[in-house]
Amino acid sequence: MTETASQPIPEQPRRSLFQQLELDMRLLGMIGAFVILCIGFNIVTDGRFISPRNIFNLTIQTVSVAIMATGMVFVIVTRHIDLSVGALLATCSAVMAMTQTEILPHMLGLGLNHPATWAVTIVVGLACGTLIGAFQGWMVGYLTIPAFIVTLGGFLVWRNVAWYLTSGQTIGPLDSTFMMFGGINGTMGTFWSWVIGFGAVVLAVLALLSSRRAKVRHGFPVKPAWAEAAMAAIICAAILGFVGILNAYDIPSRRLERMFEARGEVMPEGFTSGYGLPISVLILIGVAVVMTVIARRTRLGRYIFATGGNPDAAELSGINTRWLTVKVFAIMGFLCALSAVVASARLANHSNDIGTLDELRVIAAAVIGGTALSGGFGTIYGAILGALIMQSLQSGMAMVGVDAPLQNIVVGSVLVLAVWIDILYRKRLGAK
Amino acid sequence: MKSAKDLRAEGATPLVEMKDISVAFGGVKAVDHVSVDLYPGEVVGLLGHNGAGKSTLIKVLSGAYKMDSGEIRVDGERVEINNPRDARALNIETIYQTLALADNLDATSNLFLGREMVTPLGLVNDAAMEAECRKIMGKLNPNFRKFNEPVSALSGGQRQSVAIARAVYFNARILIMDEPTAALGPHETQMVAELIQQLKAQGIGIFLIDHDVHAVMQLCDRASVMKNGELVGTVNIPDVTDDDLLSMIILGKKPASAAA
Repeated sequence: MTETASQPIPEQPRRSLFQQLELDMRLLGMIGAFVILCIGFNIVTDGRFISPRNIFNLTIQTVSVAIMATGMVFVIVTRHIDLSVGALLATCSAVMAMTQTEILPHMLGLGLNHPATWAVTIVVGLACGTLIGAFQGWMVGYLTIPAFIVTLGGFLVWRNVAWYLTSGQTIGPLDSTFMMFGGINGTMGTFWSWVIGFGAVVLAVLALLSSRRAKVRHGFPVKPAWAEAAMAAIICAAILGFVGILNAYDIPSRRLERMFEARGEVMPEGFTSGYGLPISVLILIGVAVVMTVIARRTRLGRYIFATGGNPDAAELSGINTRWLTVKVFAIMGFLCALSAVVASARLANHSNDIGTLDELRVIAAAVIGGTALSGGFGTIYGAILGALIMQSLQSGMAMVGVDAPLQNIVVGSVLVLAVWIDILYRKRLGAK
Repeated sequence: MKSAKDLRAEGATPLVEMKDISVAFGGVKAVDHVSVDLYPGEVVGLLGHNGAGKSTLIKVLSGAYKMDSGEIRVDGERVEINNPRDARALNIETIYQTLALADNLDATSNLFLGREMVTPLGLVNDAAMEAECRKIMGKLNPNFRKFNEPVSALSGGQRQSVAIARAVYFNARILIMDEPTAALGPHETQMVAELIQQLKAQGIGIFLIDHDVHAVMQLCDRASVMKNGELVGTVNIPDVTDDDLLSMIILGKKPASAAA
């Protein structure tokens, strides 16, 4: 590509450290706020907040909302809203609960804890969520009913479909394999967590290298090598630090004893083992990677952002914006079902109030994470960080012993404050 | 290559024929039984007051509106244009008055919107597209530098050049320009005029919507004038004066001397 010389690429004078690293200031701000929050709670709770045990719990509590928040980014970026995610989660959870406790064991005669139960259940649940999401998307896109109304209706409908399906009963216990997706009942153990951690480090470094090579090949400016290396080091340290913390949370010895008993063995004296990465967190990481790739590197993602920025322009550019709306809501539905797997598995049963108020938490997470309600702007990592900040606030206040009503007052105020700061930041940048 | 004038004299098949097109919004007839045509390498101006129906007529061709009656022929073949995708598939490209850019995306993403280059894995190939974008913009607007900023950060002229680049890059055969120089300074307007000459020489047919009679006199081969949704008439530019065109626009009268 030597012909690119027709358009010389200017060497921009770069001085500041942050510019050299090409870091996203908004991301830095959010991480900064999160770190301050954690340190603050840690001081007040005498070191209990930043303990392996609490960090472990915090991550598995965040997963369900964070998974849905990534989908909500797409919905909000295309200038829609989804108020039905909590109710949709309940319906998917109810369908899966009935599938694994009634239909498969009794009606189809597979019996309890059949090895195929969990897989069939999850496939049924994901299909159910995707279909309902697509149906809502069809009403928004093709019937042109505002998303606010469609999903407000869906909020009532799906909450009560769930109630109807289960007659309002709590359904449990769920399939034992299925429950491994909840968090504490399904972890990778120390060894495999390290394997996954190092695998992720290798992948991250390769991804950085290949993006640098692509830039060099086309003659675009790249960061100085030291900045690239520093970024890689920070990322690697973060991944391995996270794995290390989760591995440091030891499984209680009585629980270990029971695990050995279940296998018909006797636990050696003084044996300890960490939990490691929960499967649910791996699912969230997988969702984050896939959704980020969709947002940045696929046509679908490009069209989602283009439609959010200027729906008319997108339509005139030949994008089928109606079908795009169906896809966006179908993705949202799929992610609600995935969250339903994690949420019901974590509770070990399906309860009638599962997912209540999740729609508000999910929207708040996406918005705190920098998704603009006016459309066109938002990031997947921001939404996940937003979910983490919300959950940290909530559980931190619970640890400190703040009264329940005050907790919600604080969370609500933080939401408004965060959006205000975001607006100020955008104004200063001169962006929309 | 024969000139458009010769082709028309020979009775060759036009590149585009819009026959007896009608569009109504509610009870209002925005376009009332209008017929226009366009030959390869020809520039046809569409003139008229605001609300005369010229933009509506042309949006039927670009797929943004649906006509109520009439037919469109491309190369003599009857075609159905139900949406902008159909128009693009027929190599009909449009530069909209509003530019139709996604403000939150950068120039490259806008240039390739709807036609992204992809890697063998099916992922969008941003680096290749940016390299291509730099090449195209280098020819069209050598001063263009802001490749990595959202187009909302660009000046009017820069935005316009992105919209023009998008229309001409993908082998357009029929180009619709809706007031392409409205946001431009004199220098940039001159560049657009040169571009039109260049595209004409390549055999591209151009519909040019403009308010400015002088621009039409300068750039067009023929002009069709509309008033209140109806076609006043189509004239050969060399046969008419500025004043003839103005009286067609304002009074809706076709000069006796000119017929085409």
